[in-house]
Amino acid sequence: MSKLSEFLDRSSLFQLTWTRFRLILREPEAIFWVFVFPILLAGGLGIAFRNRPADVLPVGATTPQMVQILNAGGELKAQAVSEAEGPHALATGRVVLMAVAEPSGVRYDFDETNPDGRAARRAADHALQTAAGRRDPVVSHDRLVHEVGARYIDFVVPGLLGMNLMGSAMWGLGFSIVDMRQKKLLKRMVASPMPRWEFLASFLISRLAMLVLEVAALLGFAWLAFGVPFRGSFWQLAALCVLTSIAFSALGLLVASRARTLEAVSGLMNLAMFPMWILSGVFFSASRFPAFIQPLVRALPLTAAIEALRGNMLEGLGLGRMMGQVGILLLWCAVPFALSLKIFRWR
Amino acid sequence: MAGNELALRIEGLRKSFGDVQAVDGLDLGAGRGECLGLLGPNGAGKTTTIEICEGLTAPDAGVVELLGLEWNRSAHELRQRIGIQLQETQFTDKLTVEETVRLFCSFYHRGMPVDQLIALVQLEEKRKARVGGLSGGQKQRLAMALALAGDPELVFLDEPTTGLDPQARRHLWELVEELKRTGRTIILTTHYMEEAERLCDRVAIMDRGRKIAEGTPKELIALAGGEEIVELGASRTANVPRLVAKLKAIDGVREHTELGGVHRLAVGELHRTTPRIFAVLEEEGVHLSEFRTHSATLEDVFVKLTGRNLRDE
Repeated sequence: MSKLSEFLDRSSLFQLTWTRFRLILREPEAIFWVFVFPILLAGGLGIAFRNRPADVLPVGATTPQMVQILNAGGELKAQAVSEAEGPHALATGRVVLMAVAEPSGVRYDFDETNPDGRAARRAADHALQTAAGRRDPVVSHDRLVHEVGARYIDFVVPGLLGMNLMGSAMWGLGFSIVDMRQKKLLKRMVASPMPRWEFLASFLISRLAMLVLEVAALLGFAWLAFGVPFRGSFWQLAALCVLTSIAFSALGLLVASRARTLEAVSGLMNLAMFPMWILSGVFFSASRFPAFIQPLVRALPLTAAIEALRGNMLEGLGLGRMMGQVGILLLWCAVPFALSLKIFRWR
Repeated sequence: MAGNELALRIEGLRKSFGDVQAVDGLDLGAGRGECLGLLGPNGAGKTTTIEICEGLTAPDAGVVELLGLEWNRSAHELRQRIGIQLQETQFTDKLTVEETVRLFCSFYHRGMPVDQLIALVQLEEKRKARVGGLSGGQKQRLAMALALAGDPELVFLDEPTTGLDPQARRHLWELVEELKRTGRTIILTTHYMEEAERLCDRVAIMDRGRKIAEGTPKELIALAGGEEIVELGASRTANVPRLVAKLKAIDGVREHTELGGVHRLAVGELHRTTPRIFAVLEEEGVHLSEFRTHSATLEDVFVKLTGRNLRDE
């Protein structure tokens, strides 16, 4: 045992790596952002976007008869609102639809871009027409199906995982390196015989070890609390997480390779990550962006990572069917890393 | 390897940063086991010189040889054999003294034992304390421990006591003296003359990238023109040119310089010369605003050579 501890005492790679762990554990804020925050976010989103047992939509009507008819169906919750109050009730979201009695019949006021408004329009019209004596020529009935994997929480968990891997890799590397440069500690270390590759490797090793805990915490929570599905190979999912983390570590290294102050690196970091928060489909599908920027969107590492994670978790796709995304991530590992080694400021 | 070669040899060293010629043709040598001091004001080129020696900055021209080795050929070996303390390094606040020392020791093939290093710099009581909680002097001693982690033959100390209080400074001096006793070669920069006088076997005085004098502290002080220095401040009403002429004419006054209204006289024998100085002051009706005497120091040498104070910049 003492032989091992002696070996570890004298191994610079071990000492450098162990130092990284110590510093991570002694930084409570970092623990919060890496472990607690993604879980809170997933929990919040899961609750906010949970599939409710059919929404009851609030609507307003100008006559008591209409209020009664609209309430009868169960899909709508109607209240009496005068025509004058109507616009205000719509604007504040108190109602999503106004049914206004007119001499010739009824007028519906609603926002056609709001799905709830459109749904309320259909339900209200159906109720009023039926009450007035309309009969449907085709007999229809419903069978309700709840597919796990098609919910918003299922969609958003791989997105959050990708975002978390990006944030922790980039901040974990970039911030610590620039902090050491600003304190002239980096210069002091390269003035010693410390092998430079070991210095960089210590960051990568500690990152990958933290990754295990981070991914386990977020996915474990998503699985236990929401039953988010894992349809693909577990090992391939792990490999994707590692690949993603290495790609963003390389990007973090590049961002940190010249900056002299923490302010400068924070700005660069946000500059690098901001487009991906917006474009890479964390919270909604990246395919919603117009066709002409799609090549750019697809080339971003976070887009590739999230698509591959969704492919694995939700569709059970193998890596072989996601070579495009994997290739993009590999490029994002190699190019920033090579570039940062060229321009890295060691002092 | 020959035992009598120089530990450090610098020839024709030049380095400029943009328009600023930081080091302008410097020759310097330090024998094995010697403590060489680089003394000079801020901006004299001391730090640039020492960082070139440490392999952190590439020179524009010149030869730099440490322990008979050159950086472009033997960087690996040199890193193992020299010890370095840089100006204003901040070590990681959240690591303890012991963890920091252990980390640096792991970089060296034949490092000193961690316990021995901590004992050497007298931080035993603080070994489990976080670096962030150390005083300035303790942090500087930690930096010294890290400089010694590889049991180096040649140690570079760049302004090791700047910003320390007098007690912490004396504490660090004792540590440097301990290093000298173990036969290491020490290259030290400072702008404190008393530090150079106490610690250094030889001092090179630098100004504006050049070496303006070199020798043992005694030799350099002899350069100042006398063993004793008299400083006096004369009131403005006095006829200054005539006063200066009379002061210079006094038997025993070897040098006169004036700096900011203060006349500085280098004199041989204080007990003979002082009464004569007072006689002149009496004749001229001078009101003294100050009058001091002290043994000549390296500061006086610098003033004599450059007409400026060491810490005027």
